[in-house]
Amino acid sequence: MSAGGVRLRRLEPAAIGGVMSREVANFRTYWRGTTFSSVLEPIVYLLAFGLGLSATLVDEVAGVPYVQYVGTGMVATAVIFSSALPAMFGTFVKHRFQNTYDAILAAPVDVEELVSAEMLWIGTRASIYGCVPLLVTIGFGLDPAWGMLLTPLFCFATALGFAGFGVAMAATVAKIDQFNYVTALFVTPLFLVSGAFFPIDELPQGVQIVAQLNPLHQLVELVRGGAFGFEPVDLIRFAGLACFAFLMWRVAVRRMAARLID
Amino acid sequence: MAAIELRDVVKRFGPITAVDGLDLDVPEGICLGLLGPNGAGKSTTMRLLTGQALPDAGELRALGHELPGDAKAARAEMGVVPQLDNLDVDVTVEDNLAVFARLYRVPDVRAAVDRALDLARLRERRRDAVDELSGGMRRRLLLARGLVHEPKLILLDEPTVGLDPQIRTQLWTLIDELRSRGTTILMSTHYIEEAERLADEVAVMANGRIISRGRPAALIAEHAGRETAEVYAPPERLVEARAIAEADGLRVRPAGPAIAIVGSERAGNGSVPDDAVRRAASLEDVFVLLTGEEAE
Repeated sequence: MSAGGVRLRRLEPAAIGGVMSREVANFRTYWRGTTFSSVLEPIVYLLAFGLGLSATLVDEVAGVPYVQYVGTGMVATAVIFSSALPAMFGTFVKHRFQNTYDAILAAPVDVEELVSAEMLWIGTRASIYGCVPLLVTIGFGLDPAWGMLLTPLFCFATALGFAGFGVAMAATVAKIDQFNYVTALFVTPLFLVSGAFFPIDELPQGVQIVAQLNPLHQLVELVRGGAFGFEPVDLIRFAGLACFAFLMWRVAVRRMAARLID
Repeated sequence: MAAIELRDVVKRFGPITAVDGLDLDVPEGICLGLLGPNGAGKSTTMRLLTGQALPDAGELRALGHELPGDAKAARAEMGVVPQLDNLDVDVTVEDNLAVFARLYRVPDVRAAVDRALDLARLRERRRDAVDELSGGMRRRLLLARGLVHEPKLILLDEPTVGLDPQIRTQLWTLIDELRSRGTTILMSTHYIEEAERLADEVAVMANGRIISRGRPAALIAEHAGRETAEVYAPPERLVEARAIAEADGLRVRPAGPAIAIVGSERAGNGSVPDDAVRRAASLEDVFVLLTGEEAE
């Protein structure tokens, strides 16, 4: 079993790297637009929610200036919008319209490697874009802290999970407009009860329990831990995100295999 | 050793049996044309060989690897040129090739890309985005991408479908070069001329199985004889001519606005109209007689 004398195993770094190199080659053609919106969006949000609301309605939340509260919370929105959505739409387009996966799977790459590479690439990208709101918030007065250095790691784990979720959804829906249901039923509620814009402990008990199962809420808490001080429970939060990523990876592989292999 | 061995392979999609007890051997070093109408099972056969479709029954081997279990190792040694253009259109020509050189674990990516660019005659366009290439150039690039790792076996799935005659001829020249180098090629096509020009052997496929196989000349001699007479006339006269020829034991097939009386050298007196156009029997005659489909 060899490719030019190289032994072929499961989850080969060469196969995963090859698929990721395709993503990098494509990303080089559109990175400017993506980066521009990733930087501009948190600035606009911080101006609108942070400065606007804090000047009129809310001054502080949990002892933190509201602009900093929103700024740290927006890391979660940046992560979900740069992981779940690209994974859903990108995977669907590459599979159904561009036939990209047919080409890749004709090479010595299997579905598990393909999905893993897609998730790793989206996770890497989202971990970088996820840090942008934090950097912007520093510009709005947030004091830098050593714990913030862990933000890319938190973002990466969360983005991996949501990338897997997006890939699995892309392998499940029949038409691209069905993503409207996915966004309305999953993405928007998760984003709203993440604690990014308001604390969830004022919400009804049932919603609070659901929020604890929301990976985005755990990410928000971890990012705020990095900025304002960690708690022991944060280890459990991170373990939860790692489990979420692993579970979504397996679901995505399974769904894509069913979709791609006749 | 045969490069491809298929034994009694079956592939079903719900109630449809796309491949139905297919037996196929492709010896090393030949170009085998898999000729059949749309829906004959050619593309499914290609997907079975790459492990992108799983058989419901039968045995498959490619380059000595059992399929689908060892499909990844088999794919490492084969090149696939798909029917549909699935190049990355915003990416440069050389990056498209480099990505696939990496996927195939080619040790020297740059050298492989240069070699593929030469093959596709696209060295001057290496830094252009695929979007900027003409249809023919894109097709050549697609072929070069499938050859970037110098495979032992190439699967060409309808390599010139939908292309204009000039681009088709360019592609044929490239495929002919590969054939002359001794690369094993399995080429599915529904273009008679393509199979006739490029294939050492032709296997005619219909309803998921091979119904006849041989060298083009041998197939013609076996199924169509030496000569075909084409009759061009008003419909009512064609009906009459067909009836007379069939009564004489000759096989008649539609040929666009005409009818073709196959094996007309065996015709008795008066069985073929005097104004019929006589020509050498062709693979097209064989194809239509065997599959009942009009040729392209």
